[in-house]
Amino acid sequence: MNLQNIFSEIEKVDADVYDRLDTRRSAMKEFAKFTGKAALASMPLVLGSMFKKAYGQTPTDVLATLQFALTLEYLEGKFYQIGVAGPGVQANSGAAGLAALTKIRDHEAQHVAFLKSVISSLGATPTPEPKFDFTGGKGSNMGPFLGWEANYDVFLAMSQAFEDTGVRAYKGAAGTLINNKVVLTAALNIHSVEARHASHVRQMRRARGLATGSPAYVGDIKPWINLNESNIGAGFQAAVQPSYNGEELTVQNGINIAQVGGVSNVAASASFDEPLSRAAVLMIVDPFIVP
Amino acid sequence: MKKQISSPPLQDEQLISSFGIQRRNMLKFFGASAAVVALGSACNKNNDYVDPNTDKGVFLGAGDFQILNFAYALEQLEAAFYTQVVASAGFNSMSVLEKTYMMDIKDHEVSHREFFKAALGSNAIKGLTPNFAAVDFTSRGGILAQAKAFEDTGVSAYNGAGQYIVDVNYLLAAGKIVSVEARHAALIRDLISNGTFADDLDANALDISKPPTAIVDIANAFLTADSQISKRGLPA
Repeated sequence: MNLQNIFSEIEKVDADVYDRLDTRRSAMKEFAKFTGKAALASMPLVLGSMFKKAYGQTPTDVLATLQFALTLEYLEGKFYQIGVAGPGVQANSGAAGLAALTKIRDHEAQHVAFLKSVISSLGATPTPEPKFDFTGGKGSNMGPFLGWEANYDVFLAMSQAFEDTGVRAYKGAAGTLINNKVVLTAALNIHSVEARHASHVRQMRRARGLATGSPAYVGDIKPWINLNESNIGAGFQAAVQPSYNGEELTVQNGINIAQVGGVSNVAASASFDEPLSRAAVLMIVDPFIVP
Repeated sequence: MKKQISSPPLQDEQLISSFGIQRRNMLKFFGASAAVVALGSACNKNNDYVDPNTDKGVFLGAGDFQILNFAYALEQLEAAFYTQVVASAGFNSMSVLEKTYMMDIKDHEVSHREFFKAALGSNAIKGLTPNFAAVDFTSRGGILAQAKAFEDTGVSAYNGAGQYIVDVNYLLAAGKIVSVEARHAALIRDLISNGTFADDLDANALDISKPPTAIVDIANAFLTADSQISKRGLPA
């Protein structure tokens, strides 16, 4: 994409474009200022913010979705920041496990920074980071996941549930972004990274379950979600089940997938990940947020 | 940029004024539309114009059907690939778990293919004939290398095409599929080299999407001459 080209094309159809952006010179300067600190990949968003400045406001539902996504990324970011440094991961994850979890931790931190910069560039203030209670006790620090930092199996179970929930959350929110191509594409490009994380954490859980025989691991753990199975046990099943309810669908847009594909219901359900509404996701994360 | 935005006829302006919309705001509105068009045109400087009179490729159609057929073409390719994988010599050299994964993924891709076929109905493109001459099906490494290419391409294709979908239900369906492709992609990458599940991201840890025309170039390399996909009308 050639920036000069964009401006000259716009100039042809809208001679006032530089008035809208103050002047050509200041427009270019503003752009340079943005790109100075923003990574190349966020250039379309920087452009988007310039056009927003010139032509009007970003709809509130787009901003609301971005703030919602930011809250989820804060949750994941802090979870890995504390968890990866905690005694459970440090003593049990092994070199490859630690490297993978560190990588995921860094991705979530990058997503937080990216979403904050997008929200700021759209002229809004990023929602502040909440205080978290990762025991799931809503601030009591006595919730069902008590001791999670020290127990690697609990940590991995929570990691899987957070990643799978993140995938469902972005998917459920995509529709609200359908009229903003730039933000929609960015959200899709985060959505698939969350799915990559989920896939890897599920592989780690499969290996760990086989190695330890711990009751935290239930059934045939795959990189994808079979039916509505969490594959999480040891008393945590009930707490995580809302993240998996609804994943068992085998009919899509009125089409019976098992029938047309000639596959099992398990395969039909795993072939499609299901969305969660914002309200459902907020219910799931509510116990982890200190009110 | 051939399209000219001309001033609206006086009549319309009076009509708009009677609804209390200020001329200034109306101009803003037209200006904004023009900018969007111009932005598209500036990005598509090298767009692939295909003359419909000489086009011999498989035409994907228009609107949402075009994007659904685009996805249908990719899923045909992936399903054909894994169907061949599970009958190959290389498959036999895989571990029991890896074989299970390959069979599961084959079922997922067949499900995706049949979903699009049924959703498109009479608007569906024909069944495409793959050409996997360049693929090494005799070794585990050859299969996984090609699987990685297909899965990562699938993710970047869905992510890049999402913005062109108009019907929110189709956008959701594409979203339901792309995360499963991403789960596959991460697994295949880990089978090749553990820990590489998300190693080709951008500086913000986002996946890197590709425009539909770039994906068609990749797909056409694995399709026979009479199954080449046309880029006619496809976003670049």
